[in-house]
Amino acid sequence: MVGRRLFGVVLLSAAFVGAVVVYIIFFLTSVPGQASAVQTPSGTHLYLATVAAAKGTDAHPTWVSYYAVDANDQHWVHATTYQVPANTLVQVTIFQFDSQTGLRNEFLGQVRGTTGGTMLLNGKSTSTIDPSTASHVFSIPQIDLNVPLYGIPANAKNPCANAPCSLSTSHETIQFSFRTPPPGLYRWQCFVPCAAGFIQGLGGPMQTVGYMDGYLKVV
Amino acid sequence: MSAIAVRTAAARPLWRRLIGFNLLTAIIGAAIGYVIGHMVIGPAIHAHSLDYIGLTAGQSDIDVLLGYLFGTIGFLVGMGFANYPIRRLLGHPPSLAEHEDEAEGMFRYFTLCTDHKVVGLQYLVGIGFFFLIGGLNAMLIRTELLQPNVHVFGANQYLTLVGEHGAMMMGMITSGILGPFGTYFVPLMLGARRMAFPRLESFTFWLLMCAGVVLTTTVFFGGFQTGWTGYDPLGDQGVLGYDAYIGFFALVGTSMTLLGFNMLATIVVMRAPGMTWSRLPIFVWGVFATAALMMLAAPMLVATLCMAALDRTAQTVFYIAGVGGSNYLYENLFWFFGHPEVYIVALPGFGIVLELLPVFCRKPLWGYRVGVAGMLGVGLLSWFVWQHHLFVSGIDADVRPFYMLATELISIPTGFIFLCAMGTVWRGRIRFTVPMLFCIGWIFNFLWGGISGVFLSAVPSDVTTHGSFFSMAHFHYTIMGGLVFTMFAAIFYWTPKMTGLKLNETLGKIQFWILFIAFNSTFGPLFAVGFLGQPRRVVSYPAGLQFLNDWVSVSAYFIGISMLIFLANVIWSLLFVREPAEVNPWNSKSIEWQMPSPVPLHDFERIPVFDVDPYPYGEPLVAPAPAGGQV
Amino acid sequence: MPEINHFRRVALIWLVSSIVATPLVIFLFAPIVPPGQGSVQSSGQVLDNTVLFGLSTPIALAVLIFFGYSFVVFRERDPAAVLDGPAVRGHAGAQLWWMIVTITIVLFLATYASYRTFVDGAGGGQGPIPASVPVPSGQSALPVQVIAQQWQFTYRYPTYGGVETSELYLPEHTIVKFNVTSLDVVHSFWAYQLAVKADANPNVNNVAFVKTRGPLTFNVRCAELCGVWHGYMFNLGHVVSKAQFAAWIAQQQRQFAPITKSLPKYNPTYNPAPTRRGG
Repeated sequence: MVGRRLFGVVLLSAAFVGAVVVYIIFFLTSVPGQASAVQTPSGTHLYLATVAAAKGTDAHPTWVSYYAVDANDQHWVHATTYQVPANTLVQVTIFQFDSQTGLRNEFLGQVRGTTGGTMLLNGKSTSTIDPSTASHVFSIPQIDLNVPLYGIPANAKNPCANAPCSLSTSHETIQFSFRTPPPGLYRWQCFVPCAAGFIQGLGGPMQTVGYMDGYLKVV
Repeated sequence: MSAIAVRTAAARPLWRRLIGFNLLTAIIGAAIGYVIGHMVIGPAIHAHSLDYIGLTAGQSDIDVLLGYLFGTIGFLVGMGFANYPIRRLLGHPPSLAEHEDEAEGMFRYFTLCTDHKVVGLQYLVGIGFFFLIGGLNAMLIRTELLQPNVHVFGANQYLTLVGEHGAMMMGMITSGILGPFGTYFVPLMLGARRMAFPRLESFTFWLLMCAGVVLTTTVFFGGFQTGWTGYDPLGDQGVLGYDAYIGFFALVGTSMTLLGFNMLATIVVMRAPGMTWSRLPIFVWGVFATAALMMLAAPMLVATLCMAALDRTAQTVFYIAGVGGSNYLYENLFWFFGHPEVYIVALPGFGIVLELLPVFCRKPLWGYRVGVAGMLGVGLLSWFVWQHHLFVSGIDADVRPFYMLATELISIPTGFIFLCAMGTVWRGRIRFTVPMLFCIGWIFNFLWGGISGVFLSAVPSDVTTHGSFFSMAHFHYTIMGGLVFTMFAAIFYWTPKMTGLKLNETLGKIQFWILFIAFNSTFGPLFAVGFLGQPRRVVSYPAGLQFLNDWVSVSAYFIGISMLIFLANVIWSLLFVREPAEVNPWNSKSIEWQMPSPVPLHDFERIPVFDVDPYPYGEPLVAPAPAGGQV
Repeated sequence: MPEINHFRRVALIWLVSSIVATPLVIFLFAPIVPPGQGSVQSSGQVLDNTVLFGLSTPIALAVLIFFGYSFVVFRERDPAAVLDGPAVRGHAGAQLWWMIVTITIVLFLATYASYRTFVDGAGGGQGPIPASVPVPSGQSALPVQVIAQQWQFTYRYPTYGGVETSELYLPEHTIVKFNVTSLDVVHSFWAYQLAVKADANPNVNNVAFVKTRGPLTFNVRCAELCGVWHGYMFNLGHVVSKAQFAAWIAQQQRQFAPITKSLPKYNPTYNPAPTRRGG
């Protein structure tokens, strides 16, 4: 009788501990991947892309998302933690494939925190965009970095539906540089209400790390 | 009609019993119900709706909510709750008993059993299990807070941890005393053999278990980001996991309402001859006040969350400002429930402490009428204070003095409880048993919980401490330092009566001291952390506060250790050692201790007649009832 | 042997410890409890806290000493004995005195806290129509709008062309009227060292007043759970000299002149699209 009870207690305890381990590994610590800035002849460079919908195999294939890519817009990695060196001038290129939504706070239509307070939009230097044309934003509030990303117009000929997108589809290219802070963990986010179908456009991907939110790991 | 005829039919073989209505068929029913709701009825509804979120956002709240609803219905049908109504509709005579054949043994605990003693123990184990889950989440929260800028868990998952801890604890603790000990002992203290509505008490238990399961499924749907208060419009923005939150509290609220209703009916109607209102044990008064609040407040929560569900599915805008709704609607509705709710989790503790102190000080309860007035006063005033959760939220500034005054006034009936406790211990002959130690822990903890509440009730002080760890420390001192300590007191006090077995006293004392020291070491510094500027529910905090956060986290791990010691004590003592307890180890003069241990199926041979004060200590003319005597 | 008057002993222990502890708490402890003296309102909160600490000390001591004494003196010394104590069920005088004392303390605290709330607003959000406007006649307050959004505070200065900034600078020795609002969910603007806290509600203007003192760097944190980055919704604020403030705001107006043209006209609340389902 004691043996049966002992067996029962051990079995139930093992099941509970097993469930806890599964909970921790498959839910709590399941975080998106990491990508690093690369060293190029012209300095440290981070390549990103923003799309209207993630890959078909993604957990949320209808959600907008950031991806890490390379200089040729290939090797799409669904990462939102970007590792950069500290106290360095980092150049960022963002291939923007999504359509215009517009900003809820028009103030965010002006670039802040970049070198010279400007960005290159398709090669042309500018410090603001029309707030109603924004598709996404790349912002790191802790270092007052804010870069609005111009959206592809409504009559674009060849929009990309899902990641991965090729440069032959309609897109905008945004480039800027900023000086990274001392080592630490910082967080970035989008500010455009681009979460289709959610209240205020701010639910879902806008609130989920791995889509429109992530970290900047400065080492 | 003799509703208490004990059938002594031989127990049927296990496989035959499994085919009947029990937990196994209930789980099958739940699965079938969920599939019907999620995959059949849900899609049928939104095939006809316009502008449906599912098409663009890739989520379907209607499917999930209906899945939970029909899953719960399936569970309850599978458990057998539909059987009696159907039998009555078909003309069968009424009956009060289900699965009350003692020969069934442990099997009854997995069925719809109308024996209030079985339901009491079901509640104790069920709530204990979900407490484990809530407590585990707390340990994980404190692990995340060890470092401000190194994150163990994802940021979204951290908020789900916070919300699941809070919601699970609040949902379970509200029935934490009334469920186990109210159901088991209130009928006995009244001289009754059952609750007023026996099937209802089993119903409220199983509903609460469904609720707990629903909340744990939030992790399959992405979790929820709102914390236990579920504020909208943040909740409206959320992914499917917030529907699990809605489902959880809808079921908890229903369970609470019905449990309160059942308790009230029992106390009002089922008192034996001689059990007048002025002879009611103070524990029963505590249950009475709590039950009244439960019955009246919990429906507010269900209604509030129904509106949130409509916002997420039917395109209503109750809580969405700018198109006609208001976040204030949610906040006021929630806290109108929320404030009586926290007195629902304070009052039973008052009842337990005042019930146990006479036993361990061997004196009558001092100031019985004042104590009753305190309980009823707290219950009544609790309806008038809810806006103290909203002092800086932009409510009409002129009403704040009223709510300040009402909140400060609540400290007066609360003070009555302390007065009664003080009078009872004075000149007593105090024995420091494990239940008594937990009552002393309550006295110490609730003192600081109460005083910090007075700070929070003053608007100037509240401006800095609202939404900070100070308010978090306050409610942990009152709820955990208060009610959870009294839960342990009640468990150690009443386990010998419920099971006939002893819990290990040494392990109990070790658990108490580790818990008491670790608890104060965890939540005491959090008062300072709040004053030092750390808001609640943050995954990152100012670097200068890391030392305090680390101290708190390590202390919290010791709380976890004390809980493991408790679990070990329960398993070791009740499953392996199984040492029989004396029939009245505390020499209590309360009626349940004049009965055999464990209490027999039919409770009383004859319905008792009460003619003495419930606390006849120190009275030379009252002969103590013979030990083991049949009442 | 004369009967020990336990009550007199407890009262004496309480009296002595209260006389020692209460001044220590009031003069040494309470002044160091935040939020400090950074603004007029924070000093007011420190005063209210001092009163609360000062009253809590003897009350807590009374409860602790009473129970502590009882547990030591009245413990059952013989572990085997099961003897009862005296069958005392109450004492009308004690109950009456208790009620009188507790009601008096409570009424005093509520009155004093109400006075402190109204005399300078206590730094708390008072809604669109504040009940306490601590702006003496002849003076005016500097209006600063706090716009909360998921997950950053931005600030607008209506008297400086409606310029919007991401930093919060305030001039010293100035009465500031914060107009706090939100563009999406409920946030809470907590300027810690200034002791200001006002919830940011969508479509509502929540007014809070503060009178700054000398130069100061203060923490602004969001104090109401607003989503995934609630714990990262913070920035520093600065109280600077009036000259520095004038220079700063002029620089901000220059820097943000391009986007100021696109901002909506200054309004106590905003209703940006989308409010219903976006995309």
